[in-house]
Amino acid sequence: MAKFTHLKSRVIVIPNRNIDTDQIIPARFLKVTDKNGLGEALFSDWRYNSDGSINPDFVLNHHQNQDAKILLAGDNFGCGSSREHAPWALTAWGISAVISTSFADIFRNNSLKNALLPIVVTTDIHQSLFELVTKSPDTELSIDLASQTLIIPPDTNVTFPIDSFAKKCLLNGVDQLGYILSHESLIEAYELT
Amino acid sequence: MQSNPLTLFEKIWYSHIVTQEPKSPAVLYIDLHLVHEVTSPQAFTGLRERGLKVRRPQRTLATMDHSIPTTPLSIPMADTQAAAQLQQLAENCEEFDIELYGMESPMRGIVHVIGPELGRTQPGMTIVCGDSHTSTHGAFGALAFGIGTSEVEHVLASQCLLQHKPKTFQVNVSGKLGIGVSAKDIILALIAKIGIGGGTGHVFEYTGEAIRGLTMEERMTICNMSIEGGARAGMIAPDDTTFEYLAGREHSPKGIKWDKAVESWKKLPTDGEAIYDQSITLDASSLEPMITFGTNPGMGLQITDRIPNPNKYDDLDKRHNLETSLTYMELQPGQPLLGHPVDVIFIGSCTNGRISDLRLAAKVLEGRRIAENVRMLVVPGSQSVKMQAESEGLDKVFADAGAEWREAGCSMCIAMNGDQVAPGQYAVSTSNRNFEGRQGKGARTFLASPLTAAATAVRGAISDVREMI
Repeated sequence: MAKFTHLKSRVIVIPNRNIDTDQIIPARFLKVTDKNGLGEALFSDWRYNSDGSINPDFVLNHHQNQDAKILLAGDNFGCGSSREHAPWALTAWGISAVISTSFADIFRNNSLKNALLPIVVTTDIHQSLFELVTKSPDTELSIDLASQTLIIPPDTNVTFPIDSFAKKCLLNGVDQLGYILSHESLIEAYELT
Repeated sequence: MQSNPLTLFEKIWYSHIVTQEPKSPAVLYIDLHLVHEVTSPQAFTGLRERGLKVRRPQRTLATMDHSIPTTPLSIPMADTQAAAQLQQLAENCEEFDIELYGMESPMRGIVHVIGPELGRTQPGMTIVCGDSHTSTHGAFGALAFGIGTSEVEHVLASQCLLQHKPKTFQVNVSGKLGIGVSAKDIILALIAKIGIGGGTGHVFEYTGEAIRGLTMEERMTICNMSIEGGARAGMIAPDDTTFEYLAGREHSPKGIKWDKAVESWKKLPTDGEAIYDQSITLDASSLEPMITFGTNPGMGLQITDRIPNPNKYDDLDKRHNLETSLTYMELQPGQPLLGHPVDVIFIGSCTNGRISDLRLAAKVLEGRRIAENVRMLVVPGSQSVKMQAESEGLDKVFADAGAEWREAGCSMCIAMNGDQVAPGQYAVSTSNRNFEGRQGKGARTFLASPLTAAATAVRGAISDVREMI
């Protein structure tokens, strides 16, 4: 897994609540046997018109957002299907962090295994972020994982929660399977009971 | 700890912890791992890249369900990408020595239908699958939940997962269901009440008189949609109904082993004094048939209700989301759903594709025809369900009514296999998700019970089945 330490980026806003993984990547793109090309399918039904042309109104298509790495989204992001293709598509497109007031459990777990940081903020902070980015679209937010800080200009620092084990894995780019396998003798002992 | 009163969930959780270091998640042992073609290929690739084997192939079971066609096998697959994915699963199972209920298997079917059918799903187990509807298996008093593909790889390689302990949420359903009201209506009513994020971070345990009165298939319908309420898992304590269902199934314990198993399963129910983190009560006797009107399963109402007006919400965000949903659905605030014309009826899925679901739908359709201009697809949850239905003549009832009778698979629930609703069309589906585009790009889905779906098929418009039975 890639490391996640810190990040500074402008912000893409998709304010909808309950953005489900079928919106993040529709099921018809799940017929792959690898992870290639999924960035093209990210938010496909919102990003492209029914004739396949690009929908210029959708934020992901805005010229100035092409290098953005932070997505600010509504409550309960990533609900629905367990497809890990959702974080794969987000990271393939270039997103490294999603900010919301809550995340669906499976999506959060999947994200943490793909160096995609789910940042939970309070409703008040969430609302002020929306207002800030709407008013000043060029706003850049900074994220420092080690100190669990979201830095909002001009001078607001917000601490966000993250499970300490997942944080350690992200900071070091360690994937979790190695950790599980390091307990092999205990697994074997468990199987004998 | 063990002397404390424990919930059903806690008993299974604690007995499956291999080890847990400070400030770390538990290493949780997984008894049964179900695998299908869509969420597993990259996990097998990961194993190959690391030179790992599948630790316990005998605890692993694979089937083909998501992208498989529901047309007869004699018709070659037109979708080469889906065909390649199915082929990949067959090769992976061969290489890693995993039992596969493949294309030609008479036992093949939706993973959450065949696990219980085969007796592989048992009380007290931990069960995972790269599919969010794994919660279905909790109906047996198992801890069962969906995982991502990285975790599929973890379980293949180690038979374990890293997990944090979720909280518990008791859903007590008192009273008795009325005529024409079914398990699907209980779960749709619950999700309408708590919202689709209401159970996030929790495991539901369904208790109460109404739940005890349900068959195993009805209990599976309820646990199946726990994830639509945000809970990764939903559980029901095992009882005689559970044991009767399991007795004699292919993989159920036999003889003295069966007696021992039942003895241990009887210890699983939540202790009298155990405490849940949250609780809610629904009164089954006050429920009516439910139907969704919006673009998530929490946007549901009683079938006789009218569509809510976004203006009634002070929360602008909520108002905006409802407006967006109604625009997508092309529905008006205040409009009744009864009488709304539909184009497609889908009966099937891991939620409502079992034999009892097909029997209910067939009962409504017997001696009737579906409305002109309505397309109705009936897709059994497994090939075993298909054979059972055919032995009872249900296939003939559906065909005589004008419906299409298909081979088993996920089909129009996820619309990966060519079975889909056209843009702009309205469908009443017995499946579990009404998200935008879920049943096909631009498709508009109303979720309901098999009874409501069948009644709607006959009239070509959303109908209250209680007027027809």
